Amino acid sequence: MFALVPLIVLFPLAGVIVNTFFGRQLGPNRSAWLAVTMAALAFTIGLFQLGGLTGNGGQAVTVPVATWLSVGDLHVDWAFQVDALSVTMMLVVTGVGTLIHVYAVGYMREDVVHNGDPARYTRFFIYLNLFLAMMLILVGADSYAMLFVGWEGVGLCSYLLIGFWFEKGENNIGNTNAAMKAFIVNRVGDLGLMIAMALLFWNFGFTLTFRELFENIEHGLADPAALAILAAVGVLFLVGAAGKSAQLPLFVWLPDAMAGPTPVSALIHAATMVTAGIYLIARSNPIYHATAEVYGFSPSDLVAWVGALTALVAATIAIAQNDIKKVLAYSTISQLGFMVAAAGMGAYVAAIFHLVTHAFFKALLFLGSGSVIQAMERGMHAAGAASGDGHGGGHDAHVDPQDMRAMGGLWNRLPVTKWTYLVGALALAGLPPLAGFWSKDEILLDAAEHFPALYAILAFTAVLTAFYVGRQLVMVFSGEPRTAAAAQAEESSAVMTGPLVVLAVLSVLGGALNLPKFGEHDPSTLAHGLRNFLATALPVEGHGLIEANVAFPSAAFAFLALMFAYFFYRNAYHTAHDHDPLEGLGGLYRALAKKWWLDELYGYFIVKPYQTMAQVIARGFDQGGIDLIANSLGDLARGIADGFSGFQRGLVRAYALVMLFGVVALIAWFQMTTVR
Amino acid sequence: MDILFSTLTLVTFAPLVGVAILLLLRDEQRDAIRWTALTTALITFAISLVLLLQFRAGEPGLQLVTRAPWIAAGVLRVDYFLAVDGISLWLVLLTTFLVPVAIGAAWGAITERVRAFMVWFLLLEVGMVGAFLAMDLLLFYIFFEFTLLPMIFLIGQWGGERRVYAALKFFLFTFAGSIFMLIAILYLGATAHTFSYPDLRNYVLADGVSPWLFAAFAIAFAIKVPVWPLHTWLPDAHVEAPTPGSVILAGVLLKLGTYGFLRFNLGLFPVVAAQAAPLFGVLGVIGILYGAITAFAQSDAKKLVAYSSVSHLGFVMLGLFALNDLGIQGAILQMVNHGLSTGALFVLVGYIYERRHTRELSQFGGLWKVMPVFAALSMVVFFSSAGLPGLNGFVGEFTILLGAWGSGLGGVIFSQALTAVAAVGVILAAVYMLWLYRRMFQGEVTVAANRGLADLSPREIAVLVPLLIFIVLIGVYPKPFFDLMAPSVQLLAQGLDAAAVALR
Repeated sequence: MFALVPLIVLFPLAGVIVNTFFGRQLGPNRSAWLAVTMAALAFTIGLFQLGGLTGNGGQAVTVPVATWLSVGDLHVDWAFQVDALSVTMMLVVTGVGTLIHVYAVGYMREDVVHNGDPARYTRFFIYLNLFLAMMLILVGADSYAMLFVGWEGVGLCSYLLIGFWFEKGENNIGNTNAAMKAFIVNRVGDLGLMIAMALLFWNFGFTLTFRELFENIEHGLADPAALAILAAVGVLFLVGAAGKSAQLPLFVWLPDAMAGPTPVSALIHAATMVTAGIYLIARSNPIYHATAEVYGFSPSDLVAWVGALTALVAATIAIAQNDIKKVLAYSTISQLGFMVAAAGMGAYVAAIFHLVTHAFFKALLFLGSGSVIQAMERGMHAAGAASGDGHGGGHDAHVDPQDMRAMGGLWNRLPVTKWTYLVGALALAGLPPLAGFWSKDEILLDAAEHFPALYAILAFTAVLTAFYVGRQLVMVFSGEPRTAAAAQAEESSAVMTGPLVVLAVLSVLGGALNLPKFGEHDPSTLAHGLRNFLATALPVEGHGLIEANVAFPSAAFAFLALMFAYFFYRNAYHTAHDHDPLEGLGGLYRALAKKWWLDELYGYFIVKPYQTMAQVIARGFDQGGIDLIANSLGDLARGIADGFSGFQRGLVRAYALVMLFGVVALIAWFQMTTVR
Repeated sequence: MDILFSTLTLVTFAPLVGVAILLLLRDEQRDAIRWTALTTALITFAISLVLLLQFRAGEPGLQLVTRAPWIAAGVLRVDYFLAVDGISLWLVLLTTFLVPVAIGAAWGAITERVRAFMVWFLLLEVGMVGAFLAMDLLLFYIFFEFTLLPMIFLIGQWGGERRVYAALKFFLFTFAGSIFMLIAILYLGATAHTFSYPDLRNYVLADGVSPWLFAAFAIAFAIKVPVWPLHTWLPDAHVEAPTPGSVILAGVLLKLGTYGFLRFNLGLFPVVAAQAAPLFGVLGVIGILYGAITAFAQSDAKKLVAYSSVSHLGFVMLGLFALNDLGIQGAILQMVNHGLSTGALFVLVGYIYERRHTRELSQFGGLWKVMPVFAALSMVVFFSSAGLPGLNGFVGEFTILLGAWGSGLGGVIFSQALTAVAAVGVILAAVYMLWLYRRMFQGEVTVAANRGLADLSPREIAVLVPLLIFIVLIGVYPKPFFDLMAPSVQLLAQGLDAAAVALR
C-alpha cells in the first residue's frame, strides 16, 4: 500500500513528460484528458494511502526512494513520509486538483481562443501536472530539504502559470511582471527557509529529516542556547510561510497572481499551493511546541498575530475591490490568515480543517468566477455581434469581464453557476451548516478560550468577510444587467459546471469531516472525524465541544452582515459607472481601494532603490571606479599594440617577450640555486 | 611506453592528433575541419570516460600516476607528472565534455578561418586538461600559462568589435597575476628541491614564508576566478569572445582559478588558508552580491551572463574557504554546475546573436512566441542558473551555504552572518535571471526583425541536449558526483581542519 506512494508524484510527472514530448502527436483533447487521468490516478494513490493509514492505526511510515544529497554529514533521501497530515494534504491536492483539471478542459478551450493562441492549450496541462507533482513532493517529503524542492517547484509552476499569457496584461507585459513578482517575493520567504535549515542542520544532529530532527529536538533542549536557536527557526519558518501563504508583509504578490487563468487561481492561489505555509507550520509543530516560552518570547504567538492581522487587513481591502477575482484573492489572503492564526495558537487541527473546507469553497468560488467571466465574454461577443443591428451600446459591449460593476442580473443568466456560487459564498461567509462555518468556528473557539485579543480581531474579520461576500453576490448576480455583456451572458458548458456542482456539494457537506460534539456525551459518529484522524500526526487541543457563546454570535453576525450588504448594495449600482456607496468614507475608502498603499511602499523603498543602486554600481562604480585600473592597463596595452605593426604580431611579440622574461628568470633562478 | 600510453597522457594530448590532421586539411574544407575537430574532441571525451572507469572510488590519494623525469638541473628536477584525484576528476571530465559542446556551437558561430580556430581550440584543450592533471608545479604552470595563448587568439581574431582591447586586457590581467605565482613556484622548488605537489604538501616551510607564497598564488588565481574586485576583465572578454570561446572561458578557464585555490592555496598552505578564510569568504560574498546586482543593470545579454558568473563564482569561493567537507564538495560541484549552466547560457545567447547580430535586450521581447523551443530550453537553463531545486545549481549552492554556515571561521556569528548575506544572492539571482527572461522572451514581439526568426535547428538543439541532461541529472541524483570526490576532499579537509584547530 505505502510502497505505491511514489506514484503519486510519478503519475503527474509522467503526464508532464508525455505531453511535453508527444503533446503535438496526441492533439489537444487527448493530452488534456491524459493530464486529467494522471491527476485522478494520483488521487487514487492518495486514497490507497488513506486506506493504509486506517489499516495501521495511523502509524507514520517512511518510504525511501533514492538518495538525493549525500555530502559529508549531510544525508537527504528522496523519501516520502506517509502520515495523517501528509495524506490529508495529498487528498486535498489531488482531489480538488482533479476537479480543477476537469474544469480546465473546458475553461482553457475558450480561454486559448479568447487570447488568440489555441496552440498553447496543451502547455497549460503540462504546467498543471507539473504543479501537482511538485505540490505532492512538498507535502509528501520526509525532510525539510525535499520539502524545499516542492516548495520552490510549486513556485516555479506558479510563475509559469501566472505568466501563462506572458504577452498580455498592462502594456502587454503586466502578466509577466505579476509572475516575476510572485517568484521573487516568494524567494524572500525561501531565504528564511534555507537559513532555518542551516540552523537545524548544525544544531540538531546534522540531519534535515523531520523524524530525526524532532527526536533530537525533544532530547537535546536542556541547553537554553539551543532553545533560542530553535525560536529563531520558528520565526524563519514564519518568514517562509509568509511568502508562500501570502501573509503580512509579503502578501502583495497574491492579488497580482490573479493574472493567471482562473483554474490556476483556484488550484494554486487558493486551494493548495498557498496553504503550504500552514502545512509547514503544522508539520513543524514540535519546534513551536518546544519554544512556547523562550526568554518571554514565543514564535508561535508571533505566527498567530501575523495570521490574525493578515486576516483583518486583507479583509478590509477585499471590501473595496471591484474585480471579481481580486475580491476572492484578498479573501484568500484573509482566510489563509485564519489558518495561520490557528496554527500559531496551536489549534493545528482547526487550521487543517479550515484548510480543507477552504480548498472546497474557495476553489468553487474561483471556478465559479471563471464561469462568470467567460459568461461575460460570451455575452460581450454576442452583444458585439448584435451591436451592428443598432442596439446601441457598441462601446458598451467592450467591458472588463472581471469588473463586477459591469455585471448585475447574472442570476437569471447562469442557472448552474449561480447556485454553486451562492453555496460557495455562503460557506465563505460562515453560514451554518455550510462547511466554512464549522471550520471557522473551531478557530474562533480556540481564540476565544486562549487568545481574547485575537478572538476580537478574527471575529471582526469574520463579519467583514460576510459583508464583502454579500457585496460581491449583489454586484454580480442581483438587480438588472448593467452592460450588454451582462445582459447576454451565457452559462458555461457541462465540463465546467460539473466540477462546480461537486465542489458545491463538498462545500455543503465538508463540515461533516470534523463536526464538533454537541455535548459531553454526544454519541455522533460524525463528530471529530478529522480530529481523530490527525491526532496521530498533530497535537490535538481543546475539548472539541461546540460553544454556543462563540458559534451563535458568529453565525448571527455573518447573517446580519450579509443582509446589511444586500440592502446596502441592492440599489447602489444602476450603471457600470456608478460609485461605490462606501466612497463616502473618503480617505479610508481610498486606503482600502489602494490596498493600504503596500505596493507603492515596496516600490518606493525597495524596487526603485534597488534599480537605482544597480545602475549606479554597474555604470558608475564598476565601469568608472574599479575598471579604472583596468582602463589604464588597457591604454597601456593599446600602446604596446600600437607599437607593433599589427595587432596579431604585436600580441604575439608581447607574449613572447613576457614568456621570454619568464624563461630567463627561470634559468637565472636555476643557475643561482644550483651554483650554491 | 607506460608513460606514453597512460590514460592521463592520452586524455591530455589526444587533441594534438586532431591538430595534426587539421594541419593537413585545406582551409576551404570547412565541414571536414569541423568534423575532424568534433571527432577529436569526442574521442578525447571517450578517453576521459575510460579515466572515469579506471578511477577507484574511495581512494583519497592521487591515482593513475604518470611520472617521468623531465628536466634536471642540479638538485632541481622537473617531472612530467600527471595524476588525478577526486578534486580534479570532475573538472577534467567537465573540460572534455564542454569542448565538443563548444565545437558544436562553433558550427554556426565560426564561419571564417575555421581551421585556425579549431587548431587553437584543440590546443586550448591540451592546456586545460594538462593543468588539471599536472602534479608538478612547474608543469602546472606551463599548462596554466599555455591556455592563455589560444584564448587570446580566439578572442583577438574571432571576437567582436573591441576584440583587441578585450584580448589584451584578458592577457595583461591574467599574466600579471601569474608572474607572482611563477615566482612563488620557483621559490618553492628552490627551497624544497622539488616541484612535486605531493612532496611539497609534506614539506615544512620556513617561518613567515607561507603567507607570502599563499598571497602570490592567490593573486594569480583570484584574477582568474575572478574574485571581486579583479573581475573587470571578464565582462569585456566575454562580450568580445565568440560563443565557443565564451563557453570554454566561463566553463573551464575560470575553474582553473578556483581549482588553483583549492589545490595549491588550500592544499599547500592550510594554516594560512585558515587565517585568510574570513577575508576570502567576504570577497566571495561581495562577488555574489556585486555580480548579481551588476548583472541586473546590464543591457547586453552576454554581459549580464558574464556578471552572473562573477556571482556564481563568489559562491564557489565561499564554499572553498568554508574549509570543510560540505563547503568544498559543494564548491567543486558548483564549478561543474557553473560550467554546464553558464556554458549553456552562452550557447543560447550565441544562437540569438547569430540570428539578430545584436545582444541588446531592448532589441528582443516576445521571442517565446517566435521561437518556442528556444524559449523552453532557455527556461530550464535560466532556472538552473538561478538555483532552482531539482536542477543542478541548487545542489551546489545549498551544500555551499550549509558548509559555510557551519565553518565557524572568523567566529560562529561571523560565518553565519556572512552566509546569511550570501544567501540573499539567491533572491538576486532570481531577479536578474527572470529579468533577462522577461526582456528576451516575454511580452509581445515589439521589434519587427524578430518576427520571422527561425526556431532552433536540430543541430542547435543537439548541442544543448547533453548540457540539459546533466543539468537535470545532477539536480536529481548528484550522489555519484559527490561520492567520487568525497574521499579526496575529506583528506584535504582534515588537514585544513587540523590547521584551523591549531589556529584557535
